[in-house]
Amino acid sequence: MSISKLMRPATLVPLILFAGLLAVPILAQAAGELFWISFFTRILIYAIAASALNLALGFGGLVSFGHALFLGLGSYAVALPAAHGIDSGWLHLLLSLGVCSVVALAVGAISLRTSGMSFIMITLAFAQMGYFLLVSLKQYGGDDGLAIATTSRFAAGVDLGGSLTLYGSAWLLLALLTGWIAKLRQSPFGMALRGARQNARRVQAIGLAPRRVQLAAFVLSGAICGLAGMLLANMNAYASPSTLAWTVSGDLIVMVVLGGMGTVFGPLLGALAFLGVEEWLKSYTEHWMIIFGPLIVLMALLGRGGLIGLLQRLDQPLAAKAAPAPPDAVVVQKGHV
Amino acid sequence: MNTAINLATLRATALVALAAASMALQAATIGIVAPLSGPQALVGQDQVDGFNLAVEQLGGKLGGQPLTLLKEDDQLKPEVGQQAVRKLIEKDKVDAIVGLSFSNVLMSSLPRLVESGVVAIATNAGPSPLAGAQCKANIFSMAWQNDGAAEAMGKFAQDKGLKRVYLMAPNYQAGKDMLAGFKRFYKGQVIDEVYTQVNQPDYSAEISQLQAAAPEAVFVFYPGGMGINFVKQMSQAGLMGKLPLYSVFTVDGTTLPSLRDAAVGTISGAMYDAALDTPENKSFVAAFQAKYKRTPSLYAATGYDAAQLLDAALRIAGGDPKKLAAAVKAAGSEFKSVRGPFRFGKNNMPVQNYYAFETWRDGGKISTRLVGTPLSAHADPYGQQCPLN
Amino acid sequence: MSATLLLVQLLNGLQYGVLLFLLAAGLTLVFGIMSFVNLAHGSLYMLGAYAGALAYGATDSFALALLAAAGSALLIGMLLELTIVSRLYRRDHLDHVLATFGLVMFFNELVRMVWGPQPLFVQVPQVLDGTVNLLGFNYPAYRFAIIAVGLAVAVGSHLLIHKTRLGMLIRAGAQYPQLVSALGVNIGLLNAVLFGLGSMLAGLAGAMAGPVLSVQSGMGEPVLITTLVVIVIGGIGSVKGALYAAMIVGVVDTSGRVFLPLLLRQITERSIADAAGPALASMSVYLLMALVLALRPQGLFPARRG
Repeated sequence: MSISKLMRPATLVPLILFAGLLAVPILAQAAGELFWISFFTRILIYAIAASALNLALGFGGLVSFGHALFLGLGSYAVALPAAHGIDSGWLHLLLSLGVCSVVALAVGAISLRTSGMSFIMITLAFAQMGYFLLVSLKQYGGDDGLAIATTSRFAAGVDLGGSLTLYGSAWLLLALLTGWIAKLRQSPFGMALRGARQNARRVQAIGLAPRRVQLAAFVLSGAICGLAGMLLANMNAYASPSTLAWTVSGDLIVMVVLGGMGTVFGPLLGALAFLGVEEWLKSYTEHWMIIFGPLIVLMALLGRGGLIGLLQRLDQPLAAKAAPAPPDAVVVQKGHV
Repeated sequence: MNTAINLATLRATALVALAAASMALQAATIGIVAPLSGPQALVGQDQVDGFNLAVEQLGGKLGGQPLTLLKEDDQLKPEVGQQAVRKLIEKDKVDAIVGLSFSNVLMSSLPRLVESGVVAIATNAGPSPLAGAQCKANIFSMAWQNDGAAEAMGKFAQDKGLKRVYLMAPNYQAGKDMLAGFKRFYKGQVIDEVYTQVNQPDYSAEISQLQAAAPEAVFVFYPGGMGINFVKQMSQAGLMGKLPLYSVFTVDGTTLPSLRDAAVGTISGAMYDAALDTPENKSFVAAFQAKYKRTPSLYAATGYDAAQLLDAALRIAGGDPKKLAAAVKAAGSEFKSVRGPFRFGKNNMPVQNYYAFETWRDGGKISTRLVGTPLSAHADPYGQQCPLN
Repeated sequence: MSATLLLVQLLNGLQYGVLLFLLAAGLTLVFGIMSFVNLAHGSLYMLGAYAGALAYGATDSFALALLAAAGSALLIGMLLELTIVSRLYRRDHLDHVLATFGLVMFFNELVRMVWGPQPLFVQVPQVLDGTVNLLGFNYPAYRFAIIAVGLAVAVGSHLLIHKTRLGMLIRAGAQYPQLVSALGVNIGLLNAVLFGLGSMLAGLAGAMAGPVLSVQSGMGEPVLITTLVVIVIGGIGSVKGALYAAMIVGVVDTSGRVFLPLLLRQITERSIADAAGPALASMSVYLLMALVLALRPQGLFPARRG
């Protein structure tokens, strides 16, 4: 990446944020305010989940209203073995990736037979089914949730239950993920995926299979979301069916769209903005929703491309007024002026 | 009893005098975590209002120390609740946390509370794992052990000689616990045990089944909006007055204003209602109505009691945070609760009376009255599993 | 399980379906014709319920309450359309999701701030506050009123869309908006009216639901999901589809809740049946939807185009 590209606001600001996030544990410990470590850990975890969703939603155009399912499965992949005394981090990792991949394969295979609103609803349905199933499992806590006695332990004394270890792991994972997604975006697979979103017929005409590419993206998305779920379980030392609520799926979609759909850094900005503003407003008033709601509406009205889009417009203020350049091609709308 | 109180007061005063000399005006910081938004916002609001009323009556002080109260809204979401608890412990460095919302939020915050050792007083839940093997020295329930009210209704039904009862509850942990508690004391025939979907709006199908089964009475647990829906719909089916309705947490101070006539004739089991005829309660209800223009519910009572308890406990602990947990336990027997006799069992769950209240038409008003005390000084059955002493 | 109970449960299912239809009708119109994902539909339902409850409490006339609910929902809907919704038509569906998500938050908090967290008390109208003896069961008379209103809405909306000038303009505007505009019709106002109509139906549903359900902040969300399921099964944009799908969903949901646990008890032991039964019953509607979408993605009764 050339220096001029690096210096554009849309890239520079997120990179500065990344660096800032790395400094958080150091600053927090120095100030004795350990709360901020857990606060930002949560943001990092949701940023990972949002990045995973972005893969399917932003790049692939697959609006999944059921990604909370994978977040929840990932956290239960830690809680269930832990309930039986198994604390091997590798097993938790294997389980969360494996289960989420298999479930995402099944869900994706069925859901991709539909499109548009139907796709949204069918993914929602699967998440709801998962939710009701977990709520009814009394031996694993049901609605009360399942406490995790032993968090994920890896070799060399690395225990994800430790707040600094968890923070570092989450940050590292997000950084690696973001870098990988940036590469993926320009890779043949990523191009095919983005192409399938814009015009599946053309992609098919050049000999690729759009459905297969989309399914692969969906499975990847689900698996990575499961990873976020595993981290979430370690952070809370707790797994609960409420993680699978449809409102959580909605929150993830909001974070992705708020940050900028289909962009590399969008999910991080979206998670930071959503959770950060929420916390900031909460400290002022208990009626924070009456301010937060309209703010989100405003974001929807203003932002072509969310926060990243705003930063990109800062890049070329005059050019932007003449010809706005959204990060991805505008999806063709049907019939309406 | 009197000598104990006098001695305790003397001891407390001495301690306070000593502490005051060394600590001057040190503020007490208490965090209250409650559902302040969403469908159960009224429950949270009542608890906060009850707590604030007590603090106001104590001159803005708890345990003689000026009070800083931090409110956190958990939105009835376990994750948000855990975040709020973390914030109170790590950032605000509170002396104690009160409230802790419903069982699922409480259980999710448990690891944090245990790890930090901060005194936590739940005012709306008492889940059975916490009452049993997972009991902790710094975690208390000021409200009830979850099964208690249902057990009382079971005993009430048994004492009434009911032979055929129909049970209904939402399909989640608390629902199952309530029905299990009822069956622990009711030895007659349970015609059917029906679990409905959480937040289900329409009960017409279940009410038709109920009619077809023709039981002597029906026992339900439908908290919040579910209760309003169910009772309204049962009343519209013409069953009120024909089929006795026994319930817990369904018809209470928070739902009665929305139900009014529909709830007349129902019997609820609870450890408190505004109708209790004790001097402490009479003055509490009068003060609450004067300040907030509504009748206090059991949630307001637990909030009020929690503040009174903390006041007594802080005095006993004398400003030493390490002694607060033991002080809370001791204070349980010493402060005067609005609900009647109260103390903590060895598992830090309440040992208290559970009453049966009937909703009736008092002249033109809809009101409640006491019709029995099925369980007195009742301890929950999970205490034996608790390793604390 | 007697035959009469079976029939009564069928009636219960149909009646629940009609309640769902009232909500679904408005949403499917807005979604189908304007292609706008309106998550705030549940909020309009809530606002209608509040307007109805307050009007009823003040005037003691249920008819007036319904009028107040429909009217206020219509006005709020049109206002929302003119200020926010109209700017979002050309955008991605996800921008609609984002904007209406924010609106839901706003309205929930607004209602809580103004009227408090206490659910409002709504009396069942005197004339409807009785029971009808149906096959040996006492059936609430009010439910028949809901069925009547639902059918009236179904017939009314059919007449409106297919037999009036306004309906013709709406259908034309959905297919060829520029042409309609070129012919001198104020398409902006037309859209506002259509959105307002959809909102009005939601508000009416809220007012009708008031006596039966709890009127409180956030009452829209639980029904919103079921409504979305209904319109997807029925076919987006089709009011007829919404009616049939609502009936089907109502009957499936009711039957699932009532019969699945009983069925399971015959097959497995009591404790498993008691745990699995309600879980499966909750899932039944979603399974139905997944089935419909897998076999016929456009819905069971899709709106005919062109």
